[in-house]
Amino acid sequence: MSNPGIPKTYKLFIGGKFPRTESGRILEVTGPKGEFLANASRASRKDFRNSVVAARKASGSWAGTTAYLKGQILYRIAEVLDGRKDQFVKEMSLLGVSSKSAMEDVVASIDLLVHYAGWSDKYQQLFSSVNPVSSPHFNFSLPEPSGVVGVVAPSDGSLAGLVSAMAPIVVGGNAAVVLLSGNPLSAISFAEVLATSDVPGGVINILTGLRSELVPEFARHMDVNALLLCSDDAEERKNTELEAVENLKRVVLSPDKALTQSPYHICDFQEIKTTWHPVGV
Amino acid sequence: MSALKLAVSMLDVTTLEGADSVGKVSQMCQKAMHPLAQDPSIGPAAAVCVYPRMVKAAADVVKGSKVKVAAVATQFPSGQMRLKERLAEVRYAVGEGADEIDMVISRGQFFQGEYRAIYDEVAACKEACGKAHLKVILETGELTTYDNVRYASDMSMAAGADFIKTSTGKVPIAATLPVTLVMLQAIDDFYERTGRMVGMKPAGGISNAKLALQYLVMVREVLGPKWLTNKWFRFGASSLTNDLLMQIRKQETGLYQSGDYFTKD
Amino acid sequence: MSANDFLSGGFAAAPESSDHFEIKKSYDLFIDGKWVKAPKQFETINPATDEVISRVGFAGKKEINQAVKGARKAYDSVWSKMPPAERGKYLFRIARLIQERAREFAVVESMDGGKPIRESRDVDVPLAAAHFFYHAGWADKLKYAFPGAEVSSIGVVGQVIPWNFPLLMAAWKIAPALACGNTVVLKPAETTPLTALKLAELIQDAGLPPGVVNIVSGAGDTGQALVRHPDVDKVAFTGSTAVGKAIRRSVAGTGKRFTLELGGKAANIVFEDAPINEAVEGIVNGIFFNQGHVCCAGSRLFVQESIADKVIKKLKKRIESLVIGNPLDKNTDIGAINSGEQLARIKNLVKVGKDEGACIWQPSGGVPRKGNWFKPTLFTQCAQSHRIVQEEVFGPVLAIQTFRTPQEAIAKANNTPYGLSGGVWTDKGSKIFKMTTGLNAGVVWANTFNKFDPSSPFGGYKESGIGREGGLHGLSAYCQLSH
Repeated sequence: MSNPGIPKTYKLFIGGKFPRTESGRILEVTGPKGEFLANASRASRKDFRNSVVAARKASGSWAGTTAYLKGQILYRIAEVLDGRKDQFVKEMSLLGVSSKSAMEDVVASIDLLVHYAGWSDKYQQLFSSVNPVSSPHFNFSLPEPSGVVGVVAPSDGSLAGLVSAMAPIVVGGNAAVVLLSGNPLSAISFAEVLATSDVPGGVINILTGLRSELVPEFARHMDVNALLLCSDDAEERKNTELEAVENLKRVVLSPDKALTQSPYHICDFQEIKTTWHPVGV
Repeated sequence: MSALKLAVSMLDVTTLEGADSVGKVSQMCQKAMHPLAQDPSIGPAAAVCVYPRMVKAAADVVKGSKVKVAAVATQFPSGQMRLKERLAEVRYAVGEGADEIDMVISRGQFFQGEYRAIYDEVAACKEACGKAHLKVILETGELTTYDNVRYASDMSMAAGADFIKTSTGKVPIAATLPVTLVMLQAIDDFYERTGRMVGMKPAGGISNAKLALQYLVMVREVLGPKWLTNKWFRFGASSLTNDLLMQIRKQETGLYQSGDYFTKD
Repeated sequence: MSANDFLSGGFAAAPESSDHFEIKKSYDLFIDGKWVKAPKQFETINPATDEVISRVGFAGKKEINQAVKGARKAYDSVWSKMPPAERGKYLFRIARLIQERAREFAVVESMDGGKPIRESRDVDVPLAAAHFFYHAGWADKLKYAFPGAEVSSIGVVGQVIPWNFPLLMAAWKIAPALACGNTVVLKPAETTPLTALKLAELIQDAGLPPGVVNIVSGAGDTGQALVRHPDVDKVAFTGSTAVGKAIRRSVAGTGKRFTLELGGKAANIVFEDAPINEAVEGIVNGIFFNQGHVCCAGSRLFVQESIADKVIKKLKKRIESLVIGNPLDKNTDIGAINSGEQLARIKNLVKVGKDEGACIWQPSGGVPRKGNWFKPTLFTQCAQSHRIVQEEVFGPVLAIQTFRTPQEAIAKANNTPYGLSGGVWTDKGSKIFKMTTGLNAGVVWANTFNKFDPSSPFGGYKESGIGREGGLHGLSAYCQLSH
């Protein structure tokens, strides 16, 4: 007897929910021998617009969430991902990735999440200062999250690439809209992990789609405060910088591969606020 | 248990809708008079609270019972009208049979820094009330800061308020424990200074019995048992009534209750 | 007084349930990943009821040797070789397990030590878990904490903790030590060993390699043997200044690293422009939280003379509404005094206060018959020269003085060999910073009191101790830096 099974539908992840692309277009995902695997959603500029709205809505209270809670939530994502390792390895093998590489990718992603969870209540101590001004004032500088950050993840489709780009941005208190142009299967399965890890809806939004179509949208949107672009293409980088000028979006350019593990990736998406108050009776 | 029953006796059962009619108000008044049909020892509520046009209908139903009729007045909820008409509204409601008037202060004038006007309007309303007693609604959700709430409380009491009340229930933020604490402290300090007791009414946002008990504990610890009667403390709530009744039943029987057994009126 | 009448009686009893977990009849010592019998045992009692809760081991020199040896072996062969991120994962796991068993630990803490369940449940246990979470994250990030320096671990750490926050102090000690790559031998206080021993069970559940953490119960001699052990590289102690000095003496010349977190007699300063009602809550919290068994308690109140009568009147009224009683009842504000010895010490100093002419006040109402209890107490008409103002009572006793100017407040606040903490109450921002700059104390609270966080460094000036715990600044005590 054949058992046809119940294949998963791969939709987008916006505002904590899984809507289909409003454009109705698909990205056909095939295996190494050309066999059909799934129809992922091909996100449109309207999907991106909706994601920015969701991110903006979530960004205020996420920025105000205690460092402790943010760390707990990131650690929880790691817990849930750890419990689902096998699902990811199986999915990646459909795309022709070896089990060994796939497991390394998932374990690296878990370690990245644990690592950045641990930064949630420490980076402030590294990047703040009390400044010894020469007037009788108490003067201190603090990092604050930029707000809504667009993330164009590395195009190799690795899970670790996605996590290495997204985690430092989110642990820093920003809400993210992430574009995955590579492997949409792992990206959306990762979204399922996020949806069950107490991450408030809208803090992380994941779109699967084409870079050529969406990177300019990421660059142009007036309500996105900063952008991380993982790209080796000189023209794509230059055009993105030009498109981002209108609202002086902060643009961080990075090679098209997984980011290193570093608190400076958190710092890249923080603004520094300095406050003065007189000292005296 | 005694606290739960005390809370029932402190309820101002309220309906303040554009769609209120004589029929709706009359039915609500029945509930206020005997909240738990099968058990006449529970209740009655302290008062019913309605718009001025509904005062007569309410007064007719509760006549002869211990339930008082409170009317909102002074261009509730916004207070954005000339004082003359707002006072006329008070006199009208009292004439129709209101025992109590719940007025609103002019938050707009407060934010314009016209603090004297707040004092004057409370004093004028107190006069217009005649024998009726005056509750002053501060609308703490709009005043926003505790300092503002404290200031408005002090002014209202100085101008003759019988009660100070948190909210109209018409803006998103209503009574909270911290805001109530500030107002209770103001009442305590006022009593120390003048020897006059003033009542307190948190309104809106008290949706369950447990929360109501927390308020009662706070009153007891800040002001003392003298304030723990419906002469000096009220709850402005609608859905609280049935939750109190359900908790009373649960205390008696040990069983969690269902809404099916408690009347919706 | 009928307990059933809300208007006139006490509150209806609201006991926390204590039947969903186990306290064993007896606990052994936790050495090298195994439970080892001690040569003799002693009882630990519930100070609210005088009932025996359990029996625990009395570790002697032999057991201390064993423990240090186990810690050394674990350090050399496992812990110092483990990649730091992996060490961090163990700490994350311990934090998670504490969260999962939070209620059980809170109840045991209240039973063993006497503190109200509301405090153990809402402060001690959550902070303990948070301490492990915070330090778990540092394990693989130490190179960022010390710019320009090479960081490495120290080795075996000997830790002795007090009875006022038994589980929390264990967390404050163990978490940073492990995060920085060291192994631990910890001795809990004589009157409160249980939560540390349960923590040992939990650490086993977390799969921590044997010998990384060793818990040895005992008394003064046990602690002394641990601190003097030649193979202990670093000593950490929280407790009285007298014992702290003895420890300092014993490590002199040995090259041993050490940190000491000792006593205090904090000044809580209330200005006339403070929000008075809030300041009164802060005063009450400052000295009556945990029955005043707090090294950083606000035990000296300095109230500006112009508002003194008003503040003291409100203070007395507020104290009358505090509930003293069964620590396991959720209504209780003030629990039992930790031990008969501590109660005797408090009573003695209070007698001294009365004899030297300070004016004593206590609220009406009684205390339970069995157990160790002391009502919250105020002394007014105090002066700097009173012993009741100079000496640490470590109980619910507040000494009240007036002051006139900020300069006077600072001078008198600093006029003490202690320097652990202080409080300032005023609505004026510039005055806050002027005061905090002038107070010689390791922790200064402005318009608040008794606030703790794993990311916020804690420790004293002068005889209140040496070194800091928590935060970025607390890490260096557990690291070797070469620069």
